[in-house]
Amino acid sequence: MTRTARDPGGAAVRLTALTKRYGSAPAAVDGIDLEIAAGEFMTLLGPSGSGKTTTLSMIAGFTRATSGSIEVDGYDVAGLPPYKRDLGVVFQHYALFPHMTAAQNIAFPLRQRKVGKAEIAARVAEALELVQLGAMGDRLPRQLSGGQQQRVALARAVVFNPRVLLMDEPLGALDKKLREQLQGEIARMHRELGITFVFVTHDQEEALALSDRIAVFNEGRIDQVGSARDLYERPATLFVARFLGESNVLTGKVTDPATIEGPGFRVALPRGASSAGSGTASVVIRPERLTVLPLSTPVPAGHNTLEGTVSGLTYLGAYSTVTVELDCGLRFTVREPAGASGEVTPGTPVRVAWPVEQGVLVSS
Amino acid sequence: MTATTSPVRAAAIPPARERARRHRGLLLLAPALVMLFVFFAYPVAAIVWRAFSEPQLGVENLREVFADPVTLRVLTRTLITAFGVATLTLLLAYPYAHLMTVVSPRWRAVLMALVLLPFWTSLMARNFAWIVLLQEGGPLSKLTGLLGLGDKALLGTAVGVAVGMVQVLLPYMVLPLYSAMSGIDRRLLSAAVSLGAPPRTVFGRIYLPLSMPGVVAGYTLVFVLALGFYITPRLLGSPQQSLIAQVIGTKVEKLLDFGGAGALSLVLLALTGLLLLAVSRVARPAAALGLGEED
Ligand SMILES: Nc1ncnc2c1ncn2[C@@H]1O[C@H](COP(=O)(O)OP(=O)(O)OP(=O)(O)O)[C@@H](O)[C@H]1O
Ligand SMILES: [Mg+2]
Repeated sequence: MTRTARDPGGAAVRLTALTKRYGSAPAAVDGIDLEIAAGEFMTLLGPSGSGKTTTLSMIAGFTRATSGSIEVDGYDVAGLPPYKRDLGVVFQHYALFPHMTAAQNIAFPLRQRKVGKAEIAARVAEALELVQLGAMGDRLPRQLSGGQQQRVALARAVVFNPRVLLMDEPLGALDKKLREQLQGEIARMHRELGITFVFVTHDQEEALALSDRIAVFNEGRIDQVGSARDLYERPATLFVARFLGESNVLTGKVTDPATIEGPGFRVALPRGASSAGSGTASVVIRPERLTVLPLSTPVPAGHNTLEGTVSGLTYLGAYSTVTVELDCGLRFTVREPAGASGEVTPGTPVRVAWPVEQGVLVSS
Repeated sequence: MTATTSPVRAAAIPPARERARRHRGLLLLAPALVMLFVFFAYPVAAIVWRAFSEPQLGVENLREVFADPVTLRVLTRTLITAFGVATLTLLLAYPYAHLMTVVSPRWRAVLMALVLLPFWTSLMARNFAWIVLLQEGGPLSKLTGLLGLGDKALLGTAVGVAVGMVQVLLPYMVLPLYSAMSGIDRRLLSAAVSLGAPPRTVFGRIYLPLSMPGVVAGYTLVFVLALGFYITPRLLGSPQQSLIAQVIGTKVEKLLDFGGAGALSLVLLALTGLLLLAVSRVARPAAALGLGEED
């Protein structure tokens, strides 16, 4: 769909100290701050029950915030009923009107806006084209497959040119193949429409594939907001490190600014990490940053090492995964490029090593 | 299944076994079928037969029904009463059934019990209660008196009959409505709101159409039941305002005119049949019974 001068692209969304409490239970959303730039693809990622849906639903206006504010392009929308917020919403379960055809479903928001008949017909056709369902306009929802239904729902949510599109696990009910295909289409729609997308998922791969930035939810709070690379390479908390990708974790006391010490290990911290403060903290090392070295090999300069015994080896073509039981009692997973660890076999005593700078200090 | 169907299926289930299974299914239906035949089909057939055979063979009885202006007036009155009662019941039951779908489970149980209360109290007891309420000097006439409308007794009037019938028939409207409404996906309402529909549009364009199967089922049921109502109009109405069932009763009990009664019953039966046929044409039968779509 082409944008005209009438619709100036996406809107910025700003959440300030947004809180939702249900009864006396711990807050479902606990004072979150989040700035979403105009035209950005922002994903709310987090485990079940972490408050993603509640947040989205407060933006959409279905749920009233206990406190805090929601601004869309600088205007506080708290006083607006949901039907006046002009935001597109896509639900996990499609929510197509069963008594209307695909075309009638897509025309619905236009009719609410008193758009003329001829223009409705043109824009519905255009929207059907956008989601590649050109020939299916006359079908009832029950005559469409799950993927097709979700495409109709997408078309319906953007046909009235909303400046923000909210999506709550829109692909959650689809199988893996279809999900990947629709991910591609959602990414394309984001590029073509140029509006702000707020996308909820608990699937980290989906989040990594689609988003400009990701907000990681943890028990009603946002632990970290950043690009996929930020979150993976510089996780701010142990929760973020564990939620995105695999990690090896050493938890201990930061003794002096440069080292962390725990039961059976003492390793150097990356430069500048001391600002995280002293006390208990964790070092996170991604599996691909580790190498397995025979005990005979000298320790390379600037590396941390821990000794242990290989307990498992999985060959996966492009790389292999080596599991090492460390002498300190922890288990590390190492991912090595194919051919790098030809000699190790289970039972071999080895050293795992990583450049000091590749460890990330996070608060526990 | 016969040999003409797909060979794969025929091979999967040998015809003999298939037939045996179908017979077993029929066996389960047998008691109900016997009941229906003995207590429903046979009496109906007997009545129809009498309409054409007493006092002598022919269509004389039917001709009399349509020739007698009094009978025609009773028929019209019955139809109008049934329409009025069904409409009034619908107007009362719709918000009530909707309320049942939005309150907490505990309140839903209370509302459900209130609806079913009439089923648990005897019809006679309720009608006599209405007599007390509606009679001259009763609470309702006192109320109209207080409102300056004069001491109006509703007992013996068409309005009194309608009030009593609505109360008796309310459950038959509330239950199908509730069944249809509780099947409506609430998320559709949120979706409509998010697409810019104000509450009244959400109701008119989404909720009402989706609750229509319940409306059709409830309205048909109440209308058909109201057509044949006997006790309530007899007790709360007056002979001058009698409905078709009362006239049939009088013909049988007082005039021993079984042929005439049979002819009137036949007319009532035909009316009901036509109505059900019309309904099944506009609304799919399964949907009208609140059984959902059957595609
Ligand atoms: N209507 C409600 N009444 C009471 N508690 C609620 C209600 N809705 C949500 N909650 C609670 O708020 C918390 C956050 O729920 P929310 O639906 O936002 O989680 P989510 O992150 O979307 O999870 P999921 O990935 O499972 O969809 C949960 O603990 C949930 O039990
Ligand atoms: Mg959710």
